[in-house]
Amino acid sequence: MSDDMKNIKSNEQPPLRMQNVPQSITRRHAEKITEEAVKDSTASAGDSGDDQQYSLNDDRRVRTLSPGALVAKRFFRNRVAVTGMVILILMFVFSFIGGAITPYGEDQLFYRIEDQSKQYASVVENKEFRYSVAEGADFSSLAQSQFMLAYINGKDTFETGGRTFHSTEVGENFYVIEDADGKVVALAAHDVVSSSDGTSKPPFEIQLKALQAYHSDVKTFEAGGDSYEVLEDGAVLKNGAEIAYVSHYVVQAVMGDVTLSRQFKDELIAEIQAGKEEFNFTDTDGVQHTYTLKFDPARNAWNVMQSTQTRVYDTYGSPSKEHPLGTDRNGMDMITRLMYGGRVSLYIGFIVIIIETSIGVIMGGISGYFGGWVDMLIMRIVDIFYCIPSMPIIIILGATMDAMKVNPQIRMIYLMLILGFLGWPGIARMVRGQILSLREQEFMTATEATGIRVSRRIFKHLIPNVIPQLIVIMTMSLGNTILMEATLSFLGLGVKFPFASWGNIINDVNDTFVLTNYWFIWIPAGVCLLLTVLAFNLVGDGLRDAFDPKMKR
Amino acid sequence: MRKYIIKRVIISFFILIFVSFIIYTLMRCLPTSYLEEVARAKSMQPGSKSFEEWMEQLSATYGMDKGIIPGFISWAGRAIRGDFGDSWKWTVPVTEKFKDAVWISFTMGLISFILELLIAIPLGVIAATKQYSKTDYAVTIIALAGISLPTFFFASLLKLLFCVKLGWFDLGGLIGRNYQNLSAAGQFLDKAHHMVLPIITLTVISVGSLMRYTRTNMLEVLNADYIRTARAKGLSESRVIYHHAFRNTLIPIVTIVGGSLPGLFSGALITETLYSIPGIGFVSYQSMTGGDIPFSMFYMVFLAILTLAGNLISDILYAVVDPRVRIS
Repeated sequence: MSDDMKNIKSNEQPPLRMQNVPQSITRRHAEKITEEAVKDSTASAGDSGDDQQYSLNDDRRVRTLSPGALVAKRFFRNRVAVTGMVILILMFVFSFIGGAITPYGEDQLFYRIEDQSKQYASVVENKEFRYSVAEGADFSSLAQSQFMLAYINGKDTFETGGRTFHSTEVGENFYVIEDADGKVVALAAHDVVSSSDGTSKPPFEIQLKALQAYHSDVKTFEAGGDSYEVLEDGAVLKNGAEIAYVSHYVVQAVMGDVTLSRQFKDELIAEIQAGKEEFNFTDTDGVQHTYTLKFDPARNAWNVMQSTQTRVYDTYGSPSKEHPLGTDRNGMDMITRLMYGGRVSLYIGFIVIIIETSIGVIMGGISGYFGGWVDMLIMRIVDIFYCIPSMPIIIILGATMDAMKVNPQIRMIYLMLILGFLGWPGIARMVRGQILSLREQEFMTATEATGIRVSRRIFKHLIPNVIPQLIVIMTMSLGNTILMEATLSFLGLGVKFPFASWGNIINDVNDTFVLTNYWFIWIPAGVCLLLTVLAFNLVGDGLRDAFDPKMKR
Repeated sequence: MRKYIIKRVIISFFILIFVSFIIYTLMRCLPTSYLEEVARAKSMQPGSKSFEEWMEQLSATYGMDKGIIPGFISWAGRAIRGDFGDSWKWTVPVTEKFKDAVWISFTMGLISFILELLIAIPLGVIAATKQYSKTDYAVTIIALAGISLPTFFFASLLKLLFCVKLGWFDLGGLIGRNYQNLSAAGQFLDKAHHMVLPIITLTVISVGSLMRYTRTNMLEVLNADYIRTARAKGLSESRVIYHHAFRNTLIPIVTIVGGSLPGLFSGALITETLYSIPGIGFVSYQSMTGGDIPFSMFYMVFLAILTLAGNLISDILYAVVDPRVRIS
């Protein structure tokens, strides 16, 4: 602190000479006027021995500092500004170097394997009559309900549509229905005959005879010239080979293209009867599958669930070792998106500022130097631009580009151009004001007297004197531009997917579910944005203080 | 003085004409429009005229069939008499929709503006009197953080904290679910309740710049010679600051405050959109994204008028408040 005190004293003196000069920045031009500073005692500890040789008022005792070095010194003494500088450097490293180091690409998609329990088959224990109708016979659903009615009332004849039917109980819950002519038209049974290969049902005749045989003591029957045998467990053999089976369980695959084998059905039904909740089945290739069984009381059926592994986009993945900030809506690595987003935000900020400054300096410079009607004209243009509401215009243009489906890359260029073109009047006004006052100063009279040409006078002698203010205003508006771009991207009118920008990363927060549950999607981007803009403002503020010699620190 | 004001008003009027012409040209050059959409929808109906015929009819109805310059002249002729046409999106006259929406925005703007003044001026003065103290740094950083805070991020944070975690407020909208069943006082309280978060957002976002402005100007005044004189003649420090310095600081503050009064009507486009408050900002956002040319035109011209009025008021106030400034 004691060093600071000394420096304050020494710094106070030289500006006194220039106090009558209204604009401090002449300092830079007047290089002959050297500002002096007492040697920083810590920095020049090695030289302190030499100091003794000079007399007290010897010029060599003091070290002269260039104006730039003085500004830098004042800047680095401002702790808040230096903090801003450090944040900025970190952000640049994060966005530009980070993007190069990160193992993932900007729009690289990530997947995760998800176990999804899909319904594979369903098993129904048949406790109601199922009807099978003979080929060519007419047995409508109305007739089926009439049969049900007759069955409940214990009758064996019923009528429907002017036709009389007669039902005969052949076995337990197995009725054969004949019409008035005694021709078998249908059968009603709890048991169902299914073909072993899982395809279509066996013909009616075989169904009927198989059921009859199943329910009687005679276990063989003949149909169509072939002889069949029905075993105790319900298997129907044709010439010794199983072609169908009788069971009161109905097993159906959910997917149309899956055929369930006889063995699978048998084992499944055995497991269900045993009341198990899990079912292991080894198929003919020796691969073991595990199914879970769930009873669905509403359908009075067992659902056989097979857990399959599905590859899905890793959307909104929680932070993990591979993805320190998780993944976003599209399954992209969040931290990588943040890095690239920072790049885009900074690029846009810088390019817009360059456009703004170039237009602003040229217009302001011309206006201030020439004065008169040129000045009048340019200033009216500036007034007009000042009045144009930029946010609504950019929103309208953004919505239009949405409607025109402009390529996101070209859109980004348009965005920069629009922002730059709408932002220059402030800079032009500042430059004009500075140049107006500089123009009247002695050094300008000197340039005129020495016959320096106009372009050189403007660009060599006037513009450099505006640069300090220009740097300050540029730094401050860089922050504003980044904020503006982020706001537009947030509204979905700025930078568009697949490009990342801090604004469009936070855009996800419009979904209340994301707002509530996935903090890692939007908070980091918001913090990055806040820190960057804040850092630009802090640095700009520090620079303003550093460039202003009237400031005591 | 009167001459100056008249001159300024005339200049402002010409600027306004240019600005509206630029905006009009821009709107007319937009390649897609709401009209096309309507015409397409109408031509799809069975037994309807073709798209071109509909387009022609609609263009004629809305004055879109003329060239840009005659179109602008007829638009301006009607606008000067207060007729801005019918809004396409809201299907009512533009001015009617505007009257519905603007008071909501104005109420919100006014409350947050008063809060801003109450917070920013005292803090700015304190920061300046204790320059380079911890208080000063804190105020500077808070002010800059407020300036740097993205509105949408801050609003999202508030929503997460107060709406989701604490459940104190609704996520958006101006009225609650059972608004219709409430008494008049209840309806008022319901609206007030829904405005709390937007007002907090607006205040926090905009308090920083006024705070810094106060601080800078107070610092300038404190370095003035008359303050040294006041101290030298032995006045108490509080009298020096609050009587001599603060009064002089008020000059630029009154100017800037007066200049921002018209802005209270402009509505907060982003904040209102974020909280779905049907103020002028949100309404015009919807109009602009929906391609509603009459409403967007009106809103942008309205904003331009507000800017011009603000500049005019602050210039006049500057001369009125500061006796050293005399306009010849």
